[in-house]
Amino acid sequence: MAIDKSVNVLIVDDYKTMLRIIRNLLKQIEFNNVEEASDGAAALSKLRAGHFGLVISDWNMAPMTGLQLLQEVRADSRLKQMPFIMITAESKTENVVAAKQAGVSNYIVKPFNAETLRDKIEKVLGHG
Amino acid sequence: MADPWPHRNMALADRLAEIRANRPNAEPQILSEVVRAVLTTMSDDLTIHDTALLLEVEELGRTIANVKVEIAALRVDEITGSHIPFATDELDAIVAHTAAATDAILEVCETLDTVASTVTGDAAVKLQDATTRIYEACSFQDITGQRITKIVGTLKTIEEKVARIIATFGHKVSDLPMPAALELTAEEELLNGPQLPNQAMDQSDIDKLMASFD
Repeated sequence: MAIDKSVNVLIVDDYKTMLRIIRNLLKQIEFNNVEEASDGAAALSKLRAGHFGLVISDWNMAPMTGLQLLQEVRADSRLKQMPFIMITAESKTENVVAAKQAGVSNYIVKPFNAETLRDKIEKVLGHG
Repeated sequence: MADPWPHRNMALADRLAEIRANRPNAEPQILSEVVRAVLTTMSDDLTIHDTALLLEVEELGRTIANVKVEIAALRVDEITGSHIPFATDELDAIVAHTAAATDAILEVCETLDTVASTVTGDAAVKLQDATTRIYEACSFQDITGQRITKIVGTLKTIEEKVARIIATFGHKVSDLPMPAALELTAEEELLNGPQLPNQAMDQSDIDKLMASFD
């Protein structure tokens, strides 16, 4: 069964360039319903106001980090099942452990390639 | 061995304490002169131990004075006044220029993607493959930006420390504002940014770690 590519995806990063890159890579793998947020707080507002099927978030942002966003999402009864992929340059073991403990669905380290992005999306959407 | 001159040594200690109390900002030079004056007037009454001690105090005062002159000659104020601000401005410019260049590359790449959607077959596949690789490569801007931010943070720390050294040799240390202690929260300790390649986990390491939780 193919994955549902019509799902709304929220990408979160404080680097406009990264948002643009991820948006274009998603477009190439036919995810066209993509919205952007430049920090965790803005992302949380969008998530609570809209209907999303996947979050792809950076970690190192201010004022709300990606980890705090993940914790907020998992604490929200309506959002807690949301597939959540962390894409970050933070590559220490303790980071991966902290993200996993907070309930991350998958973890991609920057710099990443399109194949890794596609692979992780397929996995978290349940068809990998 | 008992002190053969307890009253005289006590008087000397009292005299030094009095100087310290009356002149908390006393320059090493002044202290040296005082010690020299004391030595001159009391030399006949001093023991060898007293004389050696006072000579050491005088030498210490002279050393401090020399260090002050040497630091002044180094022009360390230029480090905070111009060198570090110049370096951080240059690094900020690098970030701005690479961001602008990356945006220009992405814009061209998006045009190529649009063209790719109008062709079919092998050409379309090759075009998309090429643009995918450009998108992947452009993520360098994010990584270099984070690395440069770390460098700027380090330079600012050096700047603060140098400023404190300069201030210490020009003013009373107690008058200086103490730098805020760096107390990081548990989450702040996780914000380290990109690691050097030989210290970083790659995607396969992270995949293994993630799988270990399942």
